[in-house]
Amino acid sequence: MKVGQLLAHVEELEAALAADLRAAAERHRDDHDVYHQCHTFAATADQRVEALAPLKQRYEGKAVWSTALESGSADLLEDLRWIYLRSQEAAITWVMAAQAAKAARDKELLSLATDCQTEVETQAKWFTTRIKTGAPQALVVG
Amino acid sequence: MVDRIADPWGARTPYPRGGDWPVRVDENVEGPVDRWVQSACGLCSHGCALDIGVHDGKIVGVRGRDVDRVNHGRLGPKGLYGWHANNAEDRLLRPLVRRGDVLQEATWDEAMDLVAERSRESLATKGSGALGFYTTGQLFIEDYYTLALIARGGIGTNHLDGNTRLCTATAGQALKETFGCDGQPNGVHDIEYCDTILHVGINTAETQTVLWMHELDRLRGPDPPRSIVIDPRETESAREAQVHLAIRPGTNLAALNGLAHELIEDDRIDRAFVDLHTIGFDALEKTVSSYTPERVAEICDVEADDVRRAAEIIGEAEHLLTFVLQGVYQSHQATASACAANNINLLRGMIGKPGSGILQMNGQPTAQNTRETGCNGDLPGFRNWQNEAHVADLARLWNVEPMQIPHWGPPTHAMEIFRYAERGSIEFLWVIGTNPAVSLPDLGRIRSILSQEGLFLVVSDAFLSETARLADVVLPAALWGEKTGTFTNTDRTVHLSERAVEPPGDVRSDMEIFLDYARRLGLHDKDGQPLVKWTTPEECFAAWKECTRGRPCDYTGLSYDKLRGGSGIQWPCNNEAPGGTERLYQNLTFPTFAEVCEDFGHDVQTGATFSEAEFKALGSEGRAILKAAKWTPPHEWARDEYPFALITGRTVFHFHTRTKTGRTPELEAAAPDAWVELCPEDAERLGISQGELVRVSSPRGSVEVTARVTGPRQGVVFVPFHYGYWDVGDDAGPDGRPRAANELTMTIWDPVSKQPQLKTAAVKVEKVA
Repeated sequence: MKVGQLLAHVEELEAALAADLRAAAERHRDDHDVYHQCHTFAATADQRVEALAPLKQRYEGKAVWSTALESGSADLLEDLRWIYLRSQEAAITWVMAAQAAKAARDKELLSLATDCQTEVETQAKWFTTRIKTGAPQALVVG
Repeated sequence: MVDRIADPWGARTPYPRGGDWPVRVDENVEGPVDRWVQSACGLCSHGCALDIGVHDGKIVGVRGRDVDRVNHGRLGPKGLYGWHANNAEDRLLRPLVRRGDVLQEATWDEAMDLVAERSRESLATKGSGALGFYTTGQLFIEDYYTLALIARGGIGTNHLDGNTRLCTATAGQALKETFGCDGQPNGVHDIEYCDTILHVGINTAETQTVLWMHELDRLRGPDPPRSIVIDPRETESAREAQVHLAIRPGTNLAALNGLAHELIEDDRIDRAFVDLHTIGFDALEKTVSSYTPERVAEICDVEADDVRRAAEIIGEAEHLLTFVLQGVYQSHQATASACAANNINLLRGMIGKPGSGILQMNGQPTAQNTRETGCNGDLPGFRNWQNEAHVADLARLWNVEPMQIPHWGPPTHAMEIFRYAERGSIEFLWVIGTNPAVSLPDLGRIRSILSQEGLFLVVSDAFLSETARLADVVLPAALWGEKTGTFTNTDRTVHLSERAVEPPGDVRSDMEIFLDYARRLGLHDKDGQPLVKWTTPEECFAAWKECTRGRPCDYTGLSYDKLRGGSGIQWPCNNEAPGGTERLYQNLTFPTFAEVCEDFGHDVQTGATFSEAEFKALGSEGRAILKAAKWTPPHEWARDEYPFALITGRTVFHFHTRTKTGRTPELEAAAPDAWVELCPEDAERLGISQGELVRVSSPRGSVEVTARVTGPRQGVVFVPFHYGYWDVGDDAGPDGRPRAANELTMTIWDPVSKQPQLKTAAVKVEKVA
């Protein structure tokens, strides 16, 4: 059973996402919506890590997977795209956790994984919204 | 005349539930009157009908129109006295052009040639996205619609927004989220039929004085309504309420979620209505399930029993009327909270009936029109930027290619326009009838953007405002009473405002200025004909009617002639409803059909936009949408070095940045300078007495103002936002004795409506030695 491995990986991803969001916020302090929204989302990532902790204890295992995406960017559009992909990475990993929970008949994990997946996907959608709004000006007008 | 400074609301005229609100004609005339000219008041969103008294070509007074549905003859203090501003000695009479460090008088040709030349340069080098327009909530329909056509259809920029972004964007957005489209569900006469009024973040007595008279006359009559007030300050309305929840600023959503929780828990909801006419109940129930009175008490710092009592009163209501205003719109989680207020009425099945419904109020007199005409982040006629058929229809009306009209995203909101200017991406900015150098948050930043090298700033105004002083070109614009046009108040009542006097000097109306600009730029339609087909306000109104045909804001049944003589008329007004429409949604069908709706909506927690497919998947199809979100702490929470929460707001005697009211002797004398309100406990702890000079500081700046020991709850201070620097000497101002509330506020906006949050900054308070 590799559920423990996966949950350890989700925890790593979420903790990294929280750190990434905070770093991106600081890189774009003058884009005030990005700044505040990244901090707000980072707090929810912390909460997801916290909610996961008791369940992680239920399944043993260490994270063996690595993240697909390494670094951010000082360019706002590039950074938004990076954070979007980081969020999607966390979201799809929550999908795996939910599937594992079904097979393990773990209702508590299933409920948590489903809620977290929805929350992270919605936050990723906010980045889509922000990219769609900002890209025309950045790419066409400069 | 009664001194309406000492007594802003005048004598009571009580009436019973279901009775007619008696007529009371208020008048303030100084000297003889040659003729009376029909108009309406432009100093709050109520839009009271009045006649302008004229003598020798000058305005000499006003008189409320007894035949009008909105005010039955009454006027508030700003309406009664504010006309003096038209006659102020420091009116701008000629265009000004910057030469070096000074603004010098110029001819219209010189000024407009320069404006057109700079526009053409930016268009040629960077394209239409280098031009931005920031307008107001105080022009007429005819001005706005002309501007929307020029900016969106002619120049093709997405950067057109109004200062309504600061006042009423959330009202419109919450209506779009819940009902699919903007449009005030109810009307002011519902006060006559309700048995319960829920006030959320609204201080009617000061912001809409005549609405307060309407309400107060019910409260003094037999069978008065019960009232609940959610507001951190002890306002007039709060003193009349059965329950006053003096919540901590930034916690509206928790309070409203708590009320929804209690209604569901006690089964005080109309299950049949919810099942038939709404979607989203399960998600709402789940979201609010943790908002017990105890948890709400902890978040909001109120008594749990008061939350229970408020929910009981709402639960017992048979005709519930809900009012919402800036206490929600300019605070944290604005749209989510305004939607949560809508949810209360929907849970109780109380909408679309006499005395039952919602008024998501407006702030400014013509804010509704900014929203309708496409000057506030929407396309004209409440068209949906994500709906290709809507865009094609607009392109047909304007005879332009659909791609000419930017619709790749929502029209750029004001704060983003200023960000683009800050980055140098927008290099031509035209500010029309508003004063961002005093009204936008974090003024140090705004002043620096407006003075920035490389930004060409055009300002249209009647006076040399703080913003106009920073401009490269200033265009003198006609005021109310000096031009003809129409405007629509907060309950959809359309009034005609006729030209009573000639504008002074070389002053021109905003519509005339825009027409001149379009001519100089040579804007044309796809057949090479001039883009703007009208030259008079009445011709423009005819074009506007066509733009609204078949849309929820249908004006096709209105005309200048029909609006003359009698009462104002509420839209929709068309063949089916020739006399106008008192309240929307009487058949309980809401415009949440994909082909009709103005917006596909958002996740109100984050502001993520829904696509057409996501909206269709909701399956609303004419049902209202219950939208729920969790409370989160505000981005700046009072603690440590900055232990007080700051809220900014209005006084009954002033409007906006006092451009007009500060030039009205009676109003100016009533409130000549800024102040800070703090409660007696906090004042005592800090050793501050009434009238002492106090410094209020935030991480962004400070103000030095006198203390008023009064109204707000503990831990909260209130500073009026009206005061800037145009009428104080050089030793004052931001570098001398700063007094503009927005020196303190932070750059942050609601993720859904993009309305700046002016009511959640953290500050410290100290006595000035």
